[in-house]
Amino acid sequence: MTEAAVANVSSRGRPRFWRDTSFVAQRALRDAWRDPEGVIPALVIGSFFFLVNVGQFGAIAEGVNIKAFQLPVAVLFAITGLSRAQSLVLDIRDGYFDRLLVTPIHRGALLIGLMTADMVIAVVLGCLILVIALVAGSGFAAGIVGLLVFIAYAALWAIAYNGFPYAIALRTGNPAAVNSSFLLFFPFLFLTTVYVPKEALTGWMKTVVTWNPVTYLLEGMRSLVVVGWDADALLWGLLAILGVAILSQSLAFAALRGRVSRG
Amino acid sequence: MNAIETRDLVRDFGTFRAVDNVDLAVGEGEIYGFLGPNGAGKSTTMRMLCTLLLPTQGSMAVAGLDVVERPEQVRLRIGVALQEAALDPKQTGRELLTLQGRLFGLGRQETADRVRELEALTGLGDAMDRRIETYSGGMKRRLDLAAGLVHGPDVLFLDEPTTGLDPESRSRVWEEVRGLRETGVTVFLTTQYLEEADELADRIGIISHGRLVAEGTPAELKRSLGADVVVVRVDCSEARAQEGTAALENLDVVDAAECHGNEIALSVHDGASAVSPVAVALADLDVRVAEMTLRTPTLDDVFLHLTGSHLAADETGIPEGVTK
Repeated sequence: MTEAAVANVSSRGRPRFWRDTSFVAQRALRDAWRDPEGVIPALVIGSFFFLVNVGQFGAIAEGVNIKAFQLPVAVLFAITGLSRAQSLVLDIRDGYFDRLLVTPIHRGALLIGLMTADMVIAVVLGCLILVIALVAGSGFAAGIVGLLVFIAYAALWAIAYNGFPYAIALRTGNPAAVNSSFLLFFPFLFLTTVYVPKEALTGWMKTVVTWNPVTYLLEGMRSLVVVGWDADALLWGLLAILGVAILSQSLAFAALRGRVSRG
Repeated sequence: MNAIETRDLVRDFGTFRAVDNVDLAVGEGEIYGFLGPNGAGKSTTMRMLCTLLLPTQGSMAVAGLDVVERPEQVRLRIGVALQEAALDPKQTGRELLTLQGRLFGLGRQETADRVRELEALTGLGDAMDRRIETYSGGMKRRLDLAAGLVHGPDVLFLDEPTTGLDPESRSRVWEEVRGLRETGVTVFLTTQYLEEADELADRIGIISHGRLVAEGTPAELKRSLGADVVVVRVDCSEARAQEGTAALENLDVVDAAECHGNEIALSVHDGASAVSPVAVALADLDVRVAEMTLRTPTLDDVFLHLTGSHLAADETGIPEGVTK
């Protein structure tokens, strides 16, 4: 090996971490581009829910801009759980993950690179659904900057949620187990104010919705579309993302440590 | 300095001891064949040497660096081709090699130059720009080998590099490994193919049930059994075969005799003159001979002598010097 290369990879710290992360992310994005069947269904699901919900509730939701109300729902439906965890499982099963482990790659980059790719995909999907909704006439109260914040929330949520499928992938190396992580999607997204505002809910449903962090994410994103700038709603949304991220990323990085440990 | 050195290397999985006090010393530039059947402990030893697994006890050094204490430095100096070609089927060959080079810290231009060199070495040609999922088993193996070489390692680990390949692909991989000898790279090669170890390795270590049971050049190992081997397959009970073995051991022309089931293996110093006395002795005992083979010793004979069992027949290749 050349001395320059030895010196290059021997240097510890941020430069190598970011470089390795970008290599992993580039590879993941290339795979996603080549196999769009992993991404297109998410776009279809998001658009489908938007159109169906608007179609069904539009007539009975008097005085409410149902398109604006459903826009964040559509985005979250599209991006939640859309990860490269299945590819990671294949890498583990095919031995390619071991090949990466015998390179000097920064171990954290193995996971953060994939999450970076997820974030990019979430931004692209979020933008596409935004375009569909805006063309359909949803409007956007917070303007251009609000649009950027809206997409940023979606991207951060993608990272926060995807800790779960990555944790399962790294812990089990089993594709079926990773698929089962989709089950988390239902309580997370349906036990929220996905169809009606919180004030309209009663009983156990209201309790569950109150404790579900996604409710606050949804309300924060929705505030940008419907109301404009609502600092409280945005702050609670951000805290909800942070709470889920702390839990999911702790699990994911613990699983990564277990997977790369030599014991 | 040895390129690879282990001392009292042990690896346990629960109560199972996969590697049992293995001592290795592989010189720089040497091709070392680590031979043994499935489950003997070859891959576990290699995974420890490649920094993927910690030993339960013992010490090991690769390229003069302690593998346990300095795994990151070791990784810079080794190349690895793991069992079952560990490749990403969605990438092209060129993308895979480029990523590999970049992860090892090579610059963009240096990586591109290196990939071009390896393209010539592997003979993959236009296939380098095709997705790996379209490659044949042999092409995948050659790419796997190239991926291990992209950063110019001092020591290359090859874990069963030709398992599952057709004879033509196998000999192409052999050619590439032989070519490495000229570059001065040390090659540590695990294999369950006797012919492969015989063809490629400067020295061979035979591992059985986690223990290194013999070590030497192929010629030394074969010579340890005598000049010739007579193998007699008898058509009788095992007890009668044992009686026959005891009788043959007393013949002047026989150096050593071993009975494994209905097969008697004789080490002899002059095969041609040993055949008749052996046949006569067995006839006198009324032990019926089904087949008698005279040949020079093979590594399979060495393996049988050391472990009491053959490697699978289809893995041994064609025994050399067979006369029936």
